[in-house]
Amino acid sequence: MLEPHMDRHDATPDNSNGGITPFTFSGPALAECRELMTHYPGEFSKSALIPILHIAQADNDGWLSVPAMDAVANLLGIQYIEVYEVATFYSMFHLEPVGKHVLDVCETAPCMLRGSDDLIEHIEKRLGIKAGQTTPDGMFTLRAVQCLGSCGGAPMLQCGAKYHEHLTIEKVDQLIEQLRGKETRTNYTDHIDTPAENGTTASA
Amino acid sequence: MGRQLLLEHINKPGIRGLEGYRANGGYRSVEKALKTMAPEAVLEEVKKSGLRGRGGAGFPTGMKWSFLAKPEGVPRYLVVNADESEPGTFKDRYLMQRIPHLLIEGMIPSSFAMGVNTAYIYIRGEYFYIARILEQAIAEARAAGWLGKNILGTGYDLEIYVHVGAGAYICGEETALLESLEGKRGNPRIKPPFPAVKGLWQRPTVVNNVETICAVVPIINDGGEEYAKIGIGRSTGTKLISAAGHINKPGVYEIELGVSVEEFVNSDQYCGGVSGGRPLKACIPGGSSVPILPAELLFRTAKFETRLMTYESLSDGGFETGSMLGSGGFYVFNDSACIVRATWNHSRFYHHESCGQCSPCREGTGWMEKVLYRLEHGTARTDDIDLLWDIQRRIEGNTICPFGDAASWPVAASIRHFRHEFEYHATHPTKVKDPKHCEKDPIPYPEKSYAN
Repeated sequence: MLEPHMDRHDATPDNSNGGITPFTFSGPALAECRELMTHYPGEFSKSALIPILHIAQADNDGWLSVPAMDAVANLLGIQYIEVYEVATFYSMFHLEPVGKHVLDVCETAPCMLRGSDDLIEHIEKRLGIKAGQTTPDGMFTLRAVQCLGSCGGAPMLQCGAKYHEHLTIEKVDQLIEQLRGKETRTNYTDHIDTPAENGTTASA
Repeated sequence: MGRQLLLEHINKPGIRGLEGYRANGGYRSVEKALKTMAPEAVLEEVKKSGLRGRGGAGFPTGMKWSFLAKPEGVPRYLVVNADESEPGTFKDRYLMQRIPHLLIEGMIPSSFAMGVNTAYIYIRGEYFYIARILEQAIAEARAAGWLGKNILGTGYDLEIYVHVGAGAYICGEETALLESLEGKRGNPRIKPPFPAVKGLWQRPTVVNNVETICAVVPIINDGGEEYAKIGIGRSTGTKLISAAGHINKPGVYEIELGVSVEEFVNSDQYCGGVSGGRPLKACIPGGSSVPILPAELLFRTAKFETRLMTYESLSDGGFETGSMLGSGGFYVFNDSACIVRATWNHSRFYHHESCGQCSPCREGTGWMEKVLYRLEHGTARTDDIDLLWDIQRRIEGNTICPFGDAASWPVAASIRHFRHEFEYHATHPTKVKDPKHCEKDPIPYPEKSYAN
């Protein structure tokens, strides 16, 4: 016979908001989740899992704690493990706390050809951390990530919903300074204004 | 510049909104298809057009649609693959960001042809901001009566939903995409059954690339025969090419299939030549998964024929001396680029992105990355090159999905054409510790004969 908790991770201080605050969805986030669930036939509402995990992550200071994942499982009426196995598969889900601004710098070949190695090295020095780490003040997490579909704008990075393309050392320094003064967290789910002509290299 | 079927209006002001899109002739194909054509007639036009899947595999779209099973009382689905993540490819993002209504428009006659009443756009999570743009376009189209119940009073219903992924290259493989859309890990399924029979929620499903569905719009407007007049042989119509790397004008270009590769690289209409004032060294013409071509096999085939931007010409010579059109992710290397470093970079990508289901791929991609790391950092021996060759050939063909092949091919092609650079790395450990050694001291390409 299985132990009562064999089907779930135990919440510990480092995976669950200090072990003090259980996660509950905010009102607007919950409404958004319920709306998403209507996009799929009733018996297949589990399909909403990945979109809902994005909402839960944004609602939980940018990362997925065990209580947050459990809340998602309860909302969808599925097993906890069904949420954990998905959350651990996809690279945009953070399973530990991250900085207010996560810098996802593309390191794949087309970006490498246009200088992403130097760019990552520069940001590492500038922030005093290595790729994969968070600054001690909790402002920045730096990640070297795989192709973001912006090879024409190489080298580039993603911060929240926004793509920053055609980067130079100067441009990335400016971006870091600008983000340093921004107290509100950037999330992938942010609503941003993208000018129609911006963000992708124009063809001739 | 050839005919522009998809990008013709892309720089018009207001084209992202419904009003601007309508002002440039948008949604004509919906009126034509729903009001004057039977579903079978729409399918017939797509078959006549010769349109082939623009995601990479190049499978004939009309044939794919005709495989869709139609059991009584079971809903079927169209799923648009907007998971664009093949390194070098960024054309779908360009389309969806600039002219989102083109995709929505294309989905309507396509769904109508297949008797689909619910369609999904599966978009990679990193494109969250584009999902918002698409949702806005869907809301506009719905409010104007192009979507929803009883479209244009024809009795046809269609709902479109955008579904966001969360960062996984493998979800571009159609059965992994369906798993992901069902709220699971992106593990590809064993085929058969194919999605056309058992797809989303085990129901009949067609998965098509964004650009493929967009191409349905001009095919319906002008007719399949008109579309098929563009291009050469079985490569009909236009294709978006995402050009990147060492060129003067990176960007998305729409070409008529059949333009020569040399013109594409050197003409100011397109890439504008190789950048950095340095000679061309190599090119990956169809996304990171396709074999790399050295400069001397790029503009001319091994038979000394002009190499064209078509499915057939780019693969002329097979993997020995050819490559593939793939997704149209075209990236160019000048002689400052180190092929060993690029190959290591690709292997790191495939190791990171392997779903882990099949042992040859899960383990093999990691081994290749390790061996390539040694070669790149000057700690390898010459026989590591043979080891690498051995690993890649044991992955290819031994996995559930084509990811294993995609991870092996770039390694095999790099060794096949640039073995001398791998040997250089094994024999010059101090020199190659500098990642920019090729920039300072380019490695000449040896004399080779490709004659049979």
